[in-house]
Amino acid sequence: MAGRIKIRAQKKGDMTEVKALMRHPMETGMRKDQAGDPIPAHFITEVSVLHGDQPVMQGHWGAAVSANPFLGVRFAGGESGDTVRVVWTDNQGGTGEGETTIR
Amino acid sequence: MTTIHAKGISRRGWLRWAVILGAAAALPGRLWAAVARPEAAFGATALDEALAAMGATPQVHDGIQFTTPDIAENGAVVPIRVEVDSEALPNVSKVSLLVEMNPNPLAASFDIPPGTEVYIETRVKVAQTCRLYAVAEADGQLYMQSRETKVTLGGCGG
Amino acid sequence: MKRHHLGFAFFTAWLCSVPLAADNGVFDQYRDLMGDDNPAVFVIDEGEELWFTPQGPESATLEACDLGLGPGVTAGIYVRFPRYFADTDAVMDLESRLVHCMTTIQGRDLEAVTAKPYSLRGDFGTEMEALVTWLAAESEGATIAPEQTHAAERAMYTLGEEIFFYRAGPHDFSCATCHEQSDMRIRLQALPDLTSHTGAADAWGSWPAYRISQGLVRTMGWRLRDCFRQQRWPELRMGSEASIALQTYMAVNAAGGTMTAPGLKR
Repeated sequence: MAGRIKIRAQKKGDMTEVKALMRHPMETGMRKDQAGDPIPAHFITEVSVLHGDQPVMQGHWGAAVSANPFLGVRFAGGESGDTVRVVWTDNQGGTGEGETTIR
Repeated sequence: MTTIHAKGISRRGWLRWAVILGAAAALPGRLWAAVARPEAAFGATALDEALAAMGATPQVHDGIQFTTPDIAENGAVVPIRVEVDSEALPNVSKVSLLVEMNPNPLAASFDIPPGTEVYIETRVKVAQTCRLYAVAEADGQLYMQSRETKVTLGGCGG
Repeated sequence: MKRHHLGFAFFTAWLCSVPLAADNGVFDQYRDLMGDDNPAVFVIDEGEELWFTPQGPESATLEACDLGLGPGVTAGIYVRFPRYFADTDAVMDLESRLVHCMTTIQGRDLEAVTAKPYSLRGDFGTEMEALVTWLAAESEGATIAPEQTHAAERAMYTLGEEIFFYRAGPHDFSCATCHEQSDMRIRLQALPDLTSHTGAADAWGSWPAYRISQGLVRTMGWRLRDCFRQQRWPELRMGSEASIALQTYMAVNAAGGTMTAPGLKR
């Protein structure tokens, strides 16, 4: 069940701190399953953090990012109640999006 | 905490998904298109090769604060924090994380627009005890900081 | 997974005898950097959804399932397990009780629902793991208080204690070999003394747990099965008497402690 994201966005002084946890296996393509068959590579390749519609960070990821990836970033500004979104796409065409409001 | 199910199996889920896709399509084009994925650097199988693909040889810079554990209980998840002091090293537009001994050393690369603090926390796989590198790009120059993390159990298995 | 058996035997024996390093700072540093973000939160959500999802020939949800405090009651049930159920005339752990509900209420095939309770390499979680994680989270903060009023429950404790100290297998190992002292570790993991209240409470109270190295939530049923594998004992089956007995032994030793699951493990 890929696709889920848990996000927290918290005001810290004049910065907003975003912490996101994504549900994804992040398979490297180098592992084998119990039967010895290779497990196909499956990992998030692009991830973006948006404040409203403005990107505050764009990440390009390889398969070395850990399973169920965690991402923490900080950006200037942001007011309580503003929307923060995290959007990702993976190498198999999968996508995920999560949204929260700054508190 | 807020959860959104992006991939629903129900009809309602699909409908919501269609709405999300529509919203994503309406995002400013620069979001996904502006900075291309550094494919060559990701494909590199040795640290030198990856750094070469990223540009020049990075210079060590103390403005980069790079935190990794001295020992990781498991290489599958090694927590990492990169923080750049913007007074000591201004105009950082990109931060890359490399793991020396991984099959592909480049683990992640982050494009950082002005206004975003250069602060990134994430977790990466580390195949075996080796040096980890945080490379920051500012005004076309590369700077770095590195640290060794000992791994008691390799992270290749994920 | 093929290993050199003899080599691994010595290795294991040696590991069990490594005293805890005086310097725990490096472990704390790693844990601090990890923060408290536990990916088990996803599995909790998935478990809750599965509970309310109609399944099987009866197309029924599990809402009619009685986990000890009445049909549909999920809050606070996990800390009372393992416990005796009159309808099956057996002491059950949460996993075997869920199997009972799946077969009786949802009409699902016993073999099908017990075929693969725990994730294998490359999996991303099973129904059983998700349900147990959610139900354990429904007891978060509650006091561990397994039922011990029925004679069968007390007999289960005695049997569990016996198995805990029973030495067997090619390595002549018992559970107690690694879990009777508090100053032992394997690699960087401290081995809990499960004969003590504190050790048992910390262990019992922190499973199911998200296993960082596997990217999966693991249940106590899996933990015990893996202990058997490490001892080179025959496979411990989910819901078997031996599994439930050992869980009873641990839960009773842990009584009075606090349920903090789902935990976060290396």
